[in-house]
Amino acid sequence: MNVKSVSVTHVWILERAAMVRSRIHITLRPSILDPQGKAVSHAIGTLGVAGVKSVRMGKYIEVTFDGGDVDAARAATEEICKKLLANPVMEDYRFDVENVG
Amino acid sequence: MKNGLVRFGVVVFPGSNCDHDAYQVCKKLLGQDAVFLWHKEHSLQDADVVILPGGFSYGDYLRCGAIARFSPVMQEVTAFAADGGLVIGICNGFQILVEAGLLPGVLLRNDSLRFVCKHVHLRVENAFTPFTGDYAPGEVLTVPIAHGDGNYFVDDRTLRELEEQGRIVFRYCDPQGAVTPEANPNGSLANIAGIVNEAGNVLGMMPHPERASDPLLGHTDGRRLFDSLLNHVMSRVVPHGLGEGAQVHQR
Repeated sequence: MNVKSVSVTHVWILERAAMVRSRIHITLRPSILDPQGKAVSHAIGTLGVAGVKSVRMGKYIEVTFDGGDVDAARAATEEICKKLLANPVMEDYRFDVENVG
Repeated sequence: MKNGLVRFGVVVFPGSNCDHDAYQVCKKLLGQDAVFLWHKEHSLQDADVVILPGGFSYGDYLRCGAIARFSPVMQEVTAFAADGGLVIGICNGFQILVEAGLLPGVLLRNDSLRFVCKHVHLRVENAFTPFTGDYAPGEVLTVPIAHGDGNYFVDDRTLRELEEQGRIVFRYCDPQGAVTPEANPNGSLANIAGIVNEAGNVLGMMPHPERASDPLLGHTDGRRLFDSLLNHVMSRVVPHGLGEGAQVHQR
């Protein structure tokens, strides 16, 4: 292994360390009927598992950001959720942001 | 308008699949001018009427219509609509209009969870829009639907506004025109099949009038929606020879 390839590997590790990941949950607002959740709920009954009161379906989305700025990632995630990932007429969203490496 | 012909602009998104149907109706059946507007374009090519056709734009990823809303051409469509331009969104086009905020509400998954493809009956609730002038109030139409997410929902306050302002243009009904739960194919609130915006120049509807226009396809009740648009645009134009100062009315 020559010196050049070692330094390239080193840079790669540094960049890889500097990432932030948002984990986003999109859920239907309580006022919205969820026929999918209802169908799954019925299936659970057929499965024989008792005690299930209700099932609500949603979406889980991961967004990974370059760089290590958690606050910036949080602000960006907020904007992405509000303008694209969730439709405020029918959905709510929540998320957490953490450094990953 | 050019050479006395009304120009219909049919927007094409990746995944649109009723664009040619709409184009054919405007061009061949109505004998008017029609152009395709690729979603990446920033020009509406002087269209008098913009049609957002049915289909599965962007594969219905995220939510139906959610990605198409960000296509460059939608900026032009939004400005066109704000300026009073006539816009009709059919099926996926309706979904795009609500996602873009040009119409209120949202189209949820059908309550049956099934993709429904069949002919339904529609009652004309408002025959005084640019889209329905050729229909009689209360007339019952036969028009096909084909969608998995056509379950119209909106909050109570907005629903009251829609009702009071006569903005519900079509409702699902039975063959006799009765609006019943049995005649509702997807669970839509108040059997809503189509609505207009407050200014009345933007219509969204789940049924497909372009698939019920050519006699070859068996039903022609949808044809008069396009005739209505045509007549509306024509009526805005003052014919030549009406005296000095006569000119084309701007939108």
